[in-house]
Amino acid sequence: MLLKMYELMYMIRRFEEISLELAMQNLISGRIHSAIGQEAVAVGVCTALDRNDYILSTHRGQGHALAKGTEPERIFAEIMGKANGLAKGKGGVMHLCDLEHGFLTTTGIVGSNIPIAAGVGLAIKMKKKKDVVVCFFGDGAVNTGAFHEGINLASLWNLPVLFVCENNQYAQSTLSKSSTMLSELSARAKGYNIKGETVDGNDVISVYKSVREHMKEIRGGKGPFLLEAVTYRIRGHFEGDSCSYRSKEEVEGWKRKCPVLKLKENLLKKINKVELTGIENMVEDRLREAKDSALNSGYPPREIITEDVYSNL
Amino acid sequence: MNNIREITFAEALVEAMREEMKRDKNVFLIGEDIGNWGGVFGATKGLLEEFGGERVLDTPISESAIVGASIGASLIGMKPIAEIMYIDFITIAMDQIVNHAAKLRYMSGGQLKVPIVIRTQGGAGRNSASQHSQSMEAWFINVPGLIVVMPSNSYDAKGLLKTAIRNNDPVIFIEHKMLYRSKGHVPEEEYLIPFGKADIKKSGDDITVISISRMVDMVLKASEGLCKEGIEVEVIDPRTLVPLDEETIINSVKKTGKCVIVHEAPKTGGVGAEIASRIMEKAFDYLDAPVIRIAGLDVPIPYEKSLEDFVCPDEERIIQEIKNLCK
Repeated sequence: MLLKMYELMYMIRRFEEISLELAMQNLISGRIHSAIGQEAVAVGVCTALDRNDYILSTHRGQGHALAKGTEPERIFAEIMGKANGLAKGKGGVMHLCDLEHGFLTTTGIVGSNIPIAAGVGLAIKMKKKKDVVVCFFGDGAVNTGAFHEGINLASLWNLPVLFVCENNQYAQSTLSKSSTMLSELSARAKGYNIKGETVDGNDVISVYKSVREHMKEIRGGKGPFLLEAVTYRIRGHFEGDSCSYRSKEEVEGWKRKCPVLKLKENLLKKINKVELTGIENMVEDRLREAKDSALNSGYPPREIITEDVYSNL
Repeated sequence: MNNIREITFAEALVEAMREEMKRDKNVFLIGEDIGNWGGVFGATKGLLEEFGGERVLDTPISESAIVGASIGASLIGMKPIAEIMYIDFITIAMDQIVNHAAKLRYMSGGQLKVPIVIRTQGGAGRNSASQHSQSMEAWFINVPGLIVVMPSNSYDAKGLLKTAIRNNDPVIFIEHKMLYRSKGHVPEEEYLIPFGKADIKKSGDDITVISISRMVDMVLKASEGLCKEGIEVEVIDPRTLVPLDEETIINSVKKTGKCVIVHEAPKTGGVGAEIASRIMEKAFDYLDAPVIRIAGLDVPIPYEKSLEDFVCPDEERIIQEIKNLCK
């Protein structure tokens, strides 16, 4: 399982890096919101999920989609605005959707996926299913009204929702610490009489263990859970952000806590380097293939502009 | 004719929901005070008793969560009917409606659908002042992806609500608070009213009057008076603003050469402006006079009765404006 986790984390990291290269070459017109440095959260959470579980994510959601099983070519194609992208080029960087893998949507409106996640949980409960919905959001979301309304409802009705606050320290340029008096954001759980926990979001094992431990209760209809995964956004809010609001030393300090390297060092204690290099090469091949496939795909025709606005009007 | 049954607008809504809840187990209700209380205007009365708390969900005062949860539930196959008690409160849920309900189908390239109905209630007439009396339909017609329905009587309310529930797109279903107690003919047997099909409530050759919601009845009364003065009014109720039955409107204007649009919402940026523009674009050569809007004044709704009445169009104003145009 650790090898699978490494494969996914390495894939997300490299996917993000390749996306940045593509953006530099003006092959991606939208602004990339890179999640480099946050890979352990996506992988730790998604490894603990079942195939039929659902995810709602954010504008920084590429890693979550990959961790849930979305093919990289479909994301590459979407963010390049290609016709064979997940949403035919209509959603783009901030609006990934892959229904087949239960990856419902990512929102560009901070916090607003929280009430929607409650609704997915409500439907799961009404249909008497055992699925779980995961709602990823950032530290900025915990101060929105939608956070309160959504979690309160999920708590009130014991809905099977795993709320994952990916605390990457910054809401755009605003420090989490200057937005709330709480030092641990999982403390918000108390206000809704649900369980919460804060873990090292750069340690994939800690994230996985916490989710695994609470999954049975969430799935069993004992109500939602609020996980805070403390991590760091290595790149800017979007690619091109000058990052004038933070010091180089701070960024370098967090780079030394790289979640991908951390797992790699851990693994190297148990297995030899050749095996890991093999995995890395496999991922590189996979991503090269995905990138080329997206690059060689066509742009959508204008006719699709008016499609998908309504179902049958 | 053994079905001259008359029921209130509120009863018609309850019937529509009851029938659809029986027909489709995925239909459920969610909103504030809709269960035990039966809705502040009685539009969900008896449904909790009949379908139980699992399908009639009373919520906290959380409009954003009511709509957000409806959206989420609809994404995986449920068919929620959300009630926003007053349209004025829908402001709290605008992000969910505008950025999510209206756009998820599009942003997902057609993978998702959002089959939700948001029933809400607006309009003046109960001295409820500025935060409980607004007419906000124009806000929603400017958001592609939403369907906007405004019934004017019991029959239309029932048939349109049933269509709304079966539809696969988000529907903003706007009821008027002054219509809930009004009675109208509703047959026992099932019927549906399609979207985008205006109803010609009265035929006439001299002038086309397009009106919505509570104004339809007012225009019909005014047209009786005008008839005595030799002016034959054609009264059109579009019933759904999105989609809009442009064809019926344009054909009528081509016949009469004159058109008045009546709505309660403030005149500026109202639905009347949109309809008037379309007439100008498609029937300009047929017009014998400018298209006139009779609308609410561009002010918040004041509390005191005579002031409130003055802000909204009334029968007298409608008659006067039409007479001026037909001189």
